[in-house]
Amino acid sequence: MNHAIEFEALTKRYDTLGALDGVSACVPRGRVLGLLGHNGAGKSTLIKLILGLIAPSGGRLDVLGQSPWRAHALRRRIGYLPESATFYANLSGRELLDYLARLKQAPRGQAQALLERVGLAHAADRRIGTYSKGMRQRLGLAQALLGSPELVLLDEPTTGLDPQATRELYRIVGELRADGRCVLVSSHLLAELEPHIDGALILRQGKLLAAGSLAALSEQAALPAHMLLRPHENAGAELMTQLAARGLAAQSRPDGRLELQVPREAKLRTLRELLANPAIADLDVREPTLAQLYDWLGAGPQPATEARA
Amino acid sequence: MNSIFIVAWKEFRDDFRNRWTVALTVMFALLALGIAWFGSAAAGRVGFTSFDATLASLTTLGAFVIPLIGLLIAYDTIVGERDDGTLLLMLSYPLARGQLVAGKFLGHCGALAAATLAGFGLAVAIMQLMQPPTQTLQAWLHIGRFILSASLLGACFVGLACLISVQTADKSRAAGLALIGWLASVVLFDLALLALLVVSGGNPVERAVYPYLLLLNPVDVFRLVNLTALGDGAGNDLLTGMTAHHAYSPALLCLVLLGWAVAPFAWAMLAFRRKEI
Repeated sequence: MNHAIEFEALTKRYDTLGALDGVSACVPRGRVLGLLGHNGAGKSTLIKLILGLIAPSGGRLDVLGQSPWRAHALRRRIGYLPESATFYANLSGRELLDYLARLKQAPRGQAQALLERVGLAHAADRRIGTYSKGMRQRLGLAQALLGSPELVLLDEPTTGLDPQATRELYRIVGELRADGRCVLVSSHLLAELEPHIDGALILRQGKLLAAGSLAALSEQAALPAHMLLRPHENAGAELMTQLAARGLAAQSRPDGRLELQVPREAKLRTLRELLANPAIADLDVREPTLAQLYDWLGAGPQPATEARA
Repeated sequence: MNSIFIVAWKEFRDDFRNRWTVALTVMFALLALGIAWFGSAAAGRVGFTSFDATLASLTTLGAFVIPLIGLLIAYDTIVGERDDGTLLLMLSYPLARGQLVAGKFLGHCGALAAATLAGFGLAVAIMQLMQPPTQTLQAWLHIGRFILSASLLGACFVGLACLISVQTADKSRAAGLALIGWLASVVLFDLALLALLVVSGGNPVERAVYPYLLLLNPVDVFRLVNLTALGDGAGNDLLTGMTAHHAYSPALLCLVLLGWAVAPFAWAMLAFRRKEI
């Protein structure tokens, strides 16, 4: 069993409202995947299905080798950080983790170790009501790691975290991957998420727009690379005509630089030519980002592509 | 099973931590002592008098107060967690939904029973200390029955509160429903019975059915348990008079109370299992 999550034609309807409509994908173990989509795209529904909190209306879903619906014991192997969780304000961080650890039958000393791991050891005996949003989020991460789960679901884990805490969070996510665990991160902060994930599941209106590794997805999308050229003084107009002669439509930017969109397959060739051009003082290449990929997938009125991982 | 007790213990401790348990204990003790001391003020005396009369007054009072407390202590037990966003977290843990409701029910019932035992127990201990003639086994049996039935009555309404909490969408609606539930069972039900009695003029059919109608309301069952045991002259003569031909045994009445505690709770468990989260 090398897949942490596998679903095929998975469908969930609330009354007549469709929340998920025949999505299929596999999530391998030992990977960190982004779960992306607008609000209402079906992310929360998919997470609830994976946790076994709601029953699928159709299709097949396997989590860690079994169907999760009402499989209580399976949840011992899954960690979950809910979106903007408040927890019990009148308990201390340590009391909360001790309580949840008992429920999850996690080893006794693990709560303390996790508090240290997320950097909350100093506040362990304070009431959660006095915690900042970032501290609550870190506490949430700590509870998600109770019982060393094989699959970790993080719903908007970095909301309210400062950059330092965000780095810490992704460092822990990296450790989980190195440990061979599967992590599914749902987030709207694409630029922040991009360096830390291996692949993505992109949902839109209950349909899976794309699933797979980031490299494969950008290959498939074939988005153009952006190049920013800074010409030598007074060479801008000349450079523009030179480029136009090669069929490259450059646009000048307010800061005096020229912006080029170069198709993927022409990227290296164009780059070599540009490097040899004496009119160019500096050059900056921007690969398509996850955000652009996301826009590209979601922009059209019809889903542009369906893909399997 | 283990998960139920983990949840129950947490709820029990929460009630203690939120000062519910202590406040109730003090309130019960003060009520009991106050009634004992001033209960015969109408007759122109103050001071401890008849133990049975005190217990009868306590029963009347408990029939009002205990249902309200049972509802207040637990009406937000599920819906409150939904409002706070912790419900999804709890359900992502390895415990069944029924176990979560059961744990909460048992925890709150435990807290209420502990407060009943401590509060009334303390008051009775003080009364007995100051009134050596009442130190009889009979008195202790009566007070034991009172505490047991009061705890069961509390459990009935904790169960009803769990049901309300499962079925409502937000806390304020749950609070409203809890108050309606209290009003219906404590005030309106008895009024309706009385009206029925007056309108029918007490014909034989009515008289035969009436004692059974009382069993439909846990508050009345609680009164029956305690007042029939005390016998005539202790308090509510109307009630005991109406049921004179149907002397239910206290054990049977306690069983009925237990049934009333289990029924709404079981309904709450089933409803929560079916609920779309």
